[in-house]
Amino acid sequence: MSKEHDKGMSLIVKVITRLTVGLILLFGIYIVLHGHVSPGGGFAGGVIIALSFVHLMLAYGKDVALKKLPKTAMSFFESMGAILFLSIALLGFTGGYFFLNFISKGEPFRLFSAGTIPLSNIAISLKVGAGLFAIFVVLVLLKFEWEKKE
Amino acid sequence: MIELYVLLIFMIIGAIIAIEMKDILSSVIAVGAVGLGLSIALLILKAPDVAITQLVVEILCLIILIRATLKKDLPFSTTGRWLLNTLIAAGFIMVFLFVAIKAFKDLPEFGYPIMRVADTYLKEGLVKTGASNFVASVILDFRAYDTLGEATVLFTAVIGVLAIIRRIGRKKKDEVVEEDDE
Repeated sequence: MSKEHDKGMSLIVKVITRLTVGLILLFGIYIVLHGHVSPGGGFAGGVIIALSFVHLMLAYGKDVALKKLPKTAMSFFESMGAILFLSIALLGFTGGYFFLNFISKGEPFRLFSAGTIPLSNIAISLKVGAGLFAIFVVLVLLKFEWEKKE
Repeated sequence: MIELYVLLIFMIIGAIIAIEMKDILSSVIAVGAVGLGLSIALLILKAPDVAITQLVVEILCLIILIRATLKKDLPFSTTGRWLLNTLIAAGFIMVFLFVAIKAFKDLPEFGYPIMRVADTYLKEGLVKTGASNFVASVILDFRAYDTLGEATVLFTAVIGVLAIIRRIGRKKKDEVVEEDDE
C-alpha cells in the first residue's frame, strides 16, 4: 500500500495516464466554462478537475501529484474560490442588491453571455476541485498508530 | 416508465447485495452499481445536470472508498445488542412509512408539478439572466443564496476533515508531534 503511494503503479498505467490526464483536465475546464450554455456547471466541472489530479496521484504516486498541486496551492485555491464567489455576490450592491447580475447579459447561446453566472461557475469550480482533492489526499495518506510501528 | 421501474429494482438489489456481502471490495462495487443506476435514472427523468454531478461524485467516492479504507485494518464495532437495534430500526421504518403515506397523498401526481414560481422562471429566465441553461440560471441567479450556503457547507466540511485528520489533532496526552509533510 505505502509502496504504491510513493512510486505509483506499473509502466503501462503510467503511459496511459500521461496520455489521458490532460484530456480529463481539459474536459473539466470545458464543463465549467460552458456551464451556462449546456448541462454541467461549476460543481461537476470542479469534481472532474479534482479527478484528473486524483488520476495523476494514483498512477504516479504522491510526490509527482503534490509537486503539480502542492498543499499551499490547494489551500490558496480553496480559500480564493470562496472569497471570489462571495465578492461576486457583494459586488451586486453596486447596482442595488445582493447577487445582482450586474454585468451585461450579452447574446444568449454564446460563451460570453449571462453576466456573472460564468464567473460564479469558475469560482465554485476552484473551490470544489481544490477542496475535494485535499480531502482525497488527506484520507489516502492517513496513517493510524498501529500502522506506523510496522 | 417501465425502464424506470427496472432501474429501481436493480438499485434495490444492488443495495441489498452491498449490505450482505462479506468481502468489502464486492460491496464497494455494488454501491458503485447503485450510484450508476441512479445516474441513469436521472437521465431518464430528463435531468442531465444532476446526472452528470451524480456520476462524477460517485466515481470520486468510489476511489476514496477503495484507496482509503480497503486495505486498512479498520476497527469494527461488534456489539451483541442486535435485538434492541433491530427493534429500533423497525420502529423507525414504521414511523417513516406512516408519515410518508400521509404526506404522499397531498403531493401532485407524477409528471404534473405545480408550476407557480417555476413558470415565471421558465418564461423570463432567458431574458432576465441570458443563460440558455435554465439550471444554471436558477442556481446561480434566482436562487444564488442556496448556492452560497452550499459552498459554505463544503468549505466547512473540508476544514473539518483537515482539522480532525491532521497529525497534531490525533496525538495522545503528553505526546510531542512535529508536523511533517504528510
